[in-house]
Amino acid sequence: MSILAKMKMQPLLSVRDLAKFYGGRIGCADVGFDLYPGEVLGIVGESGSGKSTLLSCLAGHLAPDRGEVIFDTKEGLRDTVLMAEAARRRLARTDWAYVHQNPRDGLRMGVSAGGNVGERLMAVGARHYGQIRDAAVDWLGRVEIAADRVDDRPSAFSGGMQQRLQIARNLVTGPRLVFMDEPTGGLDVSVQARLLDLLRGLVREMGLSAIIVTHDLAVVRLLADRLMVMKGGYVVEQGLTDQVLDDPQHEYTQLLVSSVLQV
Amino acid sequence: MTDQTAYNFAYLDEQTKRMIRRAILKGVAIPGYQVPFASREMPMPYGWGTGGVQVTSACLVPEDRLKVIDQGADDTTNAVSIRRFFQRTAGIEVTEATADATVIQTRHRIPETPLTEGQILVYQVPIPEPLRFLEPRETETRKMHELEDYGLMHVKLYEDISRHGQIATAYDYPVKVEGRYVMDPSPIPKFDNPKLGGNAAIQLFGAGREQRIYALPPYTQAISLDFDDYPFTASKADHACDLCGAPDSYLDEVITDDQGSRMFVCSDTDFCGSRRAAGHIGPMGTPSAGG
Amino acid sequence: MYVAVKGGEKAIDAAHAWLAEERRGDTSVAELSVAQIREQLALAVNRVMAEGSLYDPDLAALAIKQARGDLIEAIFLIRAYRTTLPRLGASTPVETAQMAMCRRISATFKDLPGGQILGPTFDYTHRLLDFKLAAEGEVPTAPTAPASLDAVPHVTAMLNRDGLIQTEAEGNDTPPDLTREPMELPTTRPLRLQAITRGDEGFILSMAYSTQRGYGRTHAFVGELRIGTVAVEMDIPELGFSVEIGEVELTECETVNQFKGSKTEPPQFTRGYGLVFGQTERKAIAMSLVDRALRWKELGEDNTGAPAQDEEFVLMHADNIQATGFLEHIKLPHYVDFQAELELVRKLRREALAHGEAAE
Repeated sequence: MSILAKMKMQPLLSVRDLAKFYGGRIGCADVGFDLYPGEVLGIVGESGSGKSTLLSCLAGHLAPDRGEVIFDTKEGLRDTVLMAEAARRRLARTDWAYVHQNPRDGLRMGVSAGGNVGERLMAVGARHYGQIRDAAVDWLGRVEIAADRVDDRPSAFSGGMQQRLQIARNLVTGPRLVFMDEPTGGLDVSVQARLLDLLRGLVREMGLSAIIVTHDLAVVRLLADRLMVMKGGYVVEQGLTDQVLDDPQHEYTQLLVSSVLQV
Repeated sequence: MTDQTAYNFAYLDEQTKRMIRRAILKGVAIPGYQVPFASREMPMPYGWGTGGVQVTSACLVPEDRLKVIDQGADDTTNAVSIRRFFQRTAGIEVTEATADATVIQTRHRIPETPLTEGQILVYQVPIPEPLRFLEPRETETRKMHELEDYGLMHVKLYEDISRHGQIATAYDYPVKVEGRYVMDPSPIPKFDNPKLGGNAAIQLFGAGREQRIYALPPYTQAISLDFDDYPFTASKADHACDLCGAPDSYLDEVITDDQGSRMFVCSDTDFCGSRRAAGHIGPMGTPSAGG
Repeated sequence: MYVAVKGGEKAIDAAHAWLAEERRGDTSVAELSVAQIREQLALAVNRVMAEGSLYDPDLAALAIKQARGDLIEAIFLIRAYRTTLPRLGASTPVETAQMAMCRRISATFKDLPGGQILGPTFDYTHRLLDFKLAAEGEVPTAPTAPASLDAVPHVTAMLNRDGLIQTEAEGNDTPPDLTREPMELPTTRPLRLQAITRGDEGFILSMAYSTQRGYGRTHAFVGELRIGTVAVEMDIPELGFSVEIGEVELTECETVNQFKGSKTEPPQFTRGYGLVFGQTERKAIAMSLVDRALRWKELGEDNTGAPAQDEEFVLMHADNIQATGFLEHIKLPHYVDFQAELELVRKLRREALAHGEAAE
């Protein structure tokens, strides 16, 4: 893509002056950014920094108190904050995907792995059992789950497998924007590495746009093109991932980066 | 009859009937859509047909001939009780003959004899929400209907096939109405599902406890949910009726001794009796038996 | 030769006759009069009136007699009767501050204007069976104090003078009628209160208890509990003023609950409210706790996922007439459904067995 074409390119998501308050306490405030197609944005900060609140507001799980979240829908630019619940849900099962930190929140634990992956396909009209099952088996393969586990329930899976299943379930319909909330949280370090590898492969291969919230700098180093650092509900620094991590300007970012290096 | 003087015709007051008729009309206008209505407390328990009774009450006129069946039979206790209720409170004529009835209230069956234009079939519905056992929240299921968010419904069918090799829903089998609303046909056996669509009669569904009315106007499309490669099949016991010999009616299985001997008889008592009266005799039947 | 089971009508008539005989019991024991039930089983009568949503002690007593003491069955009889009654009009709101009280206690103030009145309570009775009651006899008269005719302001009104407790919204809107309109969720507080006041006492009690044990804790104190009679007044359009048409006995409970403050409100106490027909103290207190737990959204509190905070769960399962009807309907014949299941299980077993043999 030429630079000119890229400059003309419409952001997939534009966030302006977003704020959410809990009583007198700030959840997040003054947040604004553009996310372009194919771009991965990392949001880092300690717990209570407002990063999860921000993600919930972006994904329509929480109503912000102020601000705009403009998404480039198939019908043109729309502010998802003002959207009717119906339209927002339609987005959530077509153009968007949401990977929860705890796979139990994103999976149907009483439904087989195949049924979990097939649900989004069926929601958009797939009505051929054989084809749905083939697609499910294919996706299980892509997230490195053996085909003979297709009829097992997620409760019989390890934590890492559950998380990979959740990713397959989300990506099967080819969403344009994926929200991820601490996708590697709660997993063993070795399992984390494998999951990150897998995620990186899928992001590159599918050209996914994604917003990843995490407290783990290794995750963003590996996956994110750009980075936002949050503290006390505000964005204190943002820029290209390498730039922010290698040459942190804000003292909080410096602390964050140095604390990792010391480990 | 003294009760008739104490209560309005068919028990409910006219204002309540108008409210119910409005809900019925709305239901007829939007086939398969569950219309909330202010269900009244009836003198029979919730879950025993209060929805059907209220719909029947709102439909009845003095010239009507009413038939009431439960499990296809006119003589089961709850059918007897409801029929008596309307005899007492409306003084209308009653009948057991499907073809002679103008209004038929039913629990769990559609009569075998095809219905005709002008007839009204009223179903008693325990749980009107086809999504209820997949999603317990009313607020959530209403939203799912609004958005035609029916993926979960097929997940259930998918799970059946992956576990049992076929769709393991034998009754209460959901249908999609005119390509829009997924509807619960009440707990009729799936054998009866093909009679829901394209039926000449008006089909009304009343759920008293859950306060919902819905409808299939005559000749409405109602398609049983399935997969292209696992199509819906209506099924019944692989027998003919032992009393009347009918090969194509829905059958009850009756245990006849403590050695496990059993026989199969039509669940539709009127259908079976008429066939025997017309000279169709099964292996264990006589023309007069059961009358 | 098989003959299909017939005779439903005869069986029903015989069953009803038997029921009537059992209701009467041993004829050598004197028959219970409706007046005896009304006077001597007054708390049962109160419960039937409260959950039947109909204030008529004589009818409630009759229903208890007819139901052989099964209170849910009695409530059902009252509800079914109530449905057929014409709605002639609505009263003006009753003034509980003007209540002629037989009991009034506050857990938040040791003494207060109007004083504390213990009244006819089980509290502080030792729960020892009183065998004197088995031998019938007259009871001595209780001592009396002169009645005060002054209005007694509510404890919460006194707190509110200092702005210490949240002010309830005033309104002249006619509240919706749960028995005339279908309940649609999410609902409003007036509708919620209606549903709870006629809800099953056991269910509301358990929900309230669960909040005390930590499932949606609201830190409630009984700010005030009062029991007594209030006048019921109705506007008569032809007259242009309201006239008293009778009086009813009510139990009212207001709780005072902790509150940290919100976006718009400084820290202050909040309230839960219970109002129930008759002397029905346990129900009124439970009602006020459940009401308060359900107000989490309006007061900007967190939903902790507690059952008592879940409006749909509480309101859809509180009604014992709905619950008992649906519970007991599984006694009705289900041959048709069972037959369909039977065929399916047989078919699945056939296929599973055939599959097993093929595999061997």
